Amino acid sequence: MSDFTSGFWPIYISVLTLLSIIGTWVFLKKQTTRKLVPGEKPELMKHTWDGDLQDLNNPLPRWWLGLFYGTMVFALVYLVLWPGLGNYAGVLGWTSLGEYEAEVKAAEAKFQPVYAGFMQQDIATVAADPNARAIGKNLFLTYCSQCHGSNAEGSKGFPNLTDGDWLYGGEPETIVATITNGRNGMMPPMGAALGEDGTKAVANYVLSLSGRKHDAALAGAGQAKFAENCAACHMPDGTGMHALGAANLTDKVWLYGGSEAAIIETISKGRSGTMPPMTQTLGTTSNQEAKLHLLAAYVYGLSQKK
Amino acid sequence: MISHESIEKNLGLLIVLTILIVSVGGLVQIVPLFFQTSTTTAVAGLKPYAALQLSGRDIYIREGCVGCHSQMIRPFRAETERYGHYSVAGEFVYDRPFLWGSKRTGPDLHRVGGRYSDAWHVAHLLNPRDVVPESNMPAYPWLDRPLNDAAIQKKMRMLNIVGHGYTEQEISDAPAALEGKTELDALIAYLQVLGTHAPKN
Repeated sequence: MSDFTSGFWPIYISVLTLLSIIGTWVFLKKQTTRKLVPGEKPELMKHTWDGDLQDLNNPLPRWWLGLFYGTMVFALVYLVLWPGLGNYAGVLGWTSLGEYEAEVKAAEAKFQPVYAGFMQQDIATVAADPNARAIGKNLFLTYCSQCHGSNAEGSKGFPNLTDGDWLYGGEPETIVATITNGRNGMMPPMGAALGEDGTKAVANYVLSLSGRKHDAALAGAGQAKFAENCAACHMPDGTGMHALGAANLTDKVWLYGGSEAAIIETISKGRSGTMPPMTQTLGTTSNQEAKLHLLAAYVYGLSQKK
Repeated sequence: MISHESIEKNLGLLIVLTILIVSVGGLVQIVPLFFQTSTTTAVAGLKPYAALQLSGRDIYIREGCVGCHSQMIRPFRAETERYGHYSVAGEFVYDRPFLWGSKRTGPDLHRVGGRYSDAWHVAHLLNPRDVVPESNMPAYPWLDRPLNDAAIQKKMRMLNIVGHGYTEQEISDAPAALEGKTELDALIAYLQVLGTHAPKN
């Protein structure tokens, strides 16, 4: 790119480059020892070491000399073909941006026909296609596995995508929306409102919702507090709400752990589960939409097998 | 023309001529970069690192992250598909020193800003295997300690000498911005701003 702040710099570059090449050429020419005629003895240098070691000024082998000139010819040819001399763009018109765009274009031409077929199908159909799943898996490993794991089973705080349990809903459109815009799950800390005993009671009630081991007396005490403090998002029966990403508390899926201690921590400190929007992340080529489509289909398919 | 013999026998002349020859490359390839708009002008929206980000950047340097992570997405499709838009020179005008790196044991980080949640970074820095079981990145559990960057104002003043343009207000607010933060907070603040001013597609 040539966007110099002044016209001096292209000239500076060109002059210095050419001068150094020509200068080297002249210097080499001047310093080259003449080729010896047959029978001629090379010049004896005027020093002797260790009493009898002498030094002869033999001319450089011609093939070697040729290599020196070859590098200079190469440099000049290069400067004609490629950009190098200031603002001169070179006969070939090469730019790194042009090379990149050609590469992208070639890839699009190659993949577009493959994508076009999938784009005409709805996500559920694509999800059932083994070829699409193979592509989707590659996309998933590139863009999603860092949080959701290579096997899509997530880890603490990062949802498992294979279990059919969805915070925001598992319909194809919802998955597309989640990938596109990200999600901001926010459970406020309730520790101050509930107090230590209240938190423990609610935690035991939450444990009872999914039939886990709990203290029945505490759970009974927690029920009213749950209705008052938690039901607005988690619904009175604890089945959660997709619109807010409020978790279903009646199943066996625990994003942050289902032990009494983990639940108490969740209630008292709250949780915030953020998934960043992936639009910028999904690469920069025009295949972005197709990638989103295939990725959503892959994620949709993960929970359909069971 | 100076003869070969007189150059070899005159050490001072040999030194001068050698320096002259080896500096041609730098004079032609490096010096003009200081006088190009694309290398000296910040891309739209780019601001000097805020105090917390600046502290985080120094932790990034201290922990040697640059040894395994580059911050330079080359204009190859394989890279832009994985990481995002290729890096442009104007994104690095406030990077002193630059952290382009030259080796990718881990992935490039130039577009890592906004890619993962803060919670992910916390889990990942404390023990990468918690979120990426295949990872070979070392854990950095000690980062969960109070940030101690007494020199932050001095750093900002020094960077102002080379044109970062921190206002007096920003400099005087800096210690407060670092108050109560951990090294994790600072490092994540830095990571989350990296590459976020990419040219839009």
